[in-house]
Amino acid sequence: MPEKTRIRPPIIELASTRTKEFLREKEAMFWVFGFPLILALALGFAFREKPPDRVPVAVVAGPNAQQRLAALGKSSTLLPRIMDEQEARDALRRGKVSLMIEGSDIIVYRFDATRPDALSARQAADDALQTAAGRRDVVASREERVHEQGARYIDFLIPGLLGMNLMGTGMWSMGFTIANARMKKLLKRLVATPMRKTDYLMAMFLSRLIWLIIEISVLVAFGWIVFGVRVNGSILVLIFLCIVGGYAFSGIGLLTASRARSIEAVSGLMNLIMMPMWLCSGVFFSYERFPDSVKPFIRILPLTLLNDALRAVINDAAGIPRIAFQLGILAIWGIVTFVIGLKIFRWQ
Amino acid sequence: MPDVISCRNLRKYFSDVKAVDGLDLSVENGECFGLLGPNGAGKTTTIEILEGLTSPDSGDVEILGLTWRKNERQLRERIGISLQETQLTEKLTVFETLRLFRSFYRSGADPEDLLRDLSLDEKRDARVGKLSGGQRQRLAVACALVGNPDVLFLDEPTTGLDPQSRLQLWDIVQRFRQKGGTVLLTTHYMEEAERLCDRVAIVDHGHLIALGTPPELIAKLQARNVIEFTSEPKLEQEVVQAIDSCAGVAAHRDGWQIRVHSLAEAVPQLIGVVEKQGVKLVSLSTHEATLEDLFVSLTGRELRDA
Repeated sequence: MPEKTRIRPPIIELASTRTKEFLREKEAMFWVFGFPLILALALGFAFREKPPDRVPVAVVAGPNAQQRLAALGKSSTLLPRIMDEQEARDALRRGKVSLMIEGSDIIVYRFDATRPDALSARQAADDALQTAAGRRDVVASREERVHEQGARYIDFLIPGLLGMNLMGTGMWSMGFTIANARMKKLLKRLVATPMRKTDYLMAMFLSRLIWLIIEISVLVAFGWIVFGVRVNGSILVLIFLCIVGGYAFSGIGLLTASRARSIEAVSGLMNLIMMPMWLCSGVFFSYERFPDSVKPFIRILPLTLLNDALRAVINDAAGIPRIAFQLGILAIWGIVTFVIGLKIFRWQ
Repeated sequence: MPDVISCRNLRKYFSDVKAVDGLDLSVENGECFGLLGPNGAGKTTTIEILEGLTSPDSGDVEILGLTWRKNERQLRERIGISLQETQLTEKLTVFETLRLFRSFYRSGADPEDLLRDLSLDEKRDARVGKLSGGQRQRLAVACALVGNPDVLFLDEPTTGLDPQSRLQLWDIVQRFRQKGGTVLLTTHYMEEAERLCDRVAIVDHGHLIALGTPPELIAKLQARNVIEFTSEPKLEQEVVQAIDSCAGVAAHRDGWQIRVHSLAEAVPQLIGVVEKQGVKLVSLSTHEATLEDLFVSLTGRELRDA
């Protein structure tokens, strides 16, 4: 007598086959994990923090030239070079240098006053030369540079990418799977069995949960290790927020796919829904730049809610009370879209 | 013993087509019942109404004494369905698919046993996407059988399969019946209906046009044999009809198909007519009457291109 196959509850079978199916779909794995990492890497390096470039300055050859060159070289913001007069004038005209220093007893600064870098170079050069000549500061001063973790562009970007990814995978994982199963008549085949319809949808949510947690971990760990984007708030609050946000988008995805008969139809609808949020919800730049009249609408878009809350937790160490508004509205988005989606769902 | 499947006055109209137009059917316990007809005859709509997947505009359906409206879940536990064109998930293995379907039923067959019965055990761990057409169809039937159903619905189970796969499938259906199961299948293959079915209903344009056992239906032709021939130029229909032993004439490709009682009498008569008319005989073939010939005689059209 051969050993009998152990039969698990349908919701577990559905969730586990759904997960296996996804694991075996290499393209899907790329879009969930590969793509956001590549995007974060590319943008992170493009906007990485680096010391400001030194401003090139021409010192016209003459008896004081070497002395001046040495004095200017001590400044951290200038890149001085000795040139003869004609060469220096050409360089200034072409923008290769921002400032030209000439004259023998009286120092002459020649520059274009409309260029900010020229103005600051003139100031720095004058300071350097006057100090070298023996000027003493009347009041003592020192510098304190601001370079706070949490204020860099990458600190802004990583939560935005996390939000965008949760939107994309939440919507696609529901929308694509459902439309595909409907098109292949798999949904119809399933409702021809005693399977409970809610089991099918709950299993999709369950298998989504597993991926959601992996997805969050990978992106957050990546931002932390590669760019030093720390999660200043509680990790548990972050995970809770991501689950609420992820499910809000699963609900929207379910609604989007509830009646579509083809992948094309569902893709079109998804892009129509996601496009405005990519642009307006502060993924790559702050939505503060939009006119005040549209901001209230932008603020209640699901991706804006999620991004605002993610930044509050990751950058500003916010706890649940400070993101309660976003959590609440996200939950409403998820529940309302899920209920409507289920109601109008086309099984065949 | 009440009928296992019965429907009365079934109607389903789509915007421009009367897919099912007043159909009455009853299938007895342990019977294999065939719905035969050309594409577009309303077979699939009919079987899907009986399966509770499509709701009829009017008419009543009873399966195992239960109705879809009141006893859906109970019915789903007791019937097995293979749809015409389900594509099961390609990334799952044969076993995973079958175990998934098994989980939906309160009781049923062991997936491993079923795979062995349907000669799919060698493909147990193969992805569905890598199966041949015949293997896929056997898996589809396995999914229908996994809940140990009393009634099996098969919509065009062997369409597009090679002869060997078709024989394997017929064998599966026959073994299910030996265990006392009732089968309703649709097909447009006459041979399938004749080989598998106890009774056959021929449907066309949503109507029942003939019902009976295959021998009964063939007997309705009042002819045991069929002659198909073409000539150059083509003979007039009246001339062909005038042949003494001719029981009926229908157009067939470029020529005619005539139903006859006796080949021995009809063939010399036909040759005589051909010679008398002075036309050239291009082709001539004969066969024993089949359900296909019945369909042609009932509708004047051939099944495969109707």
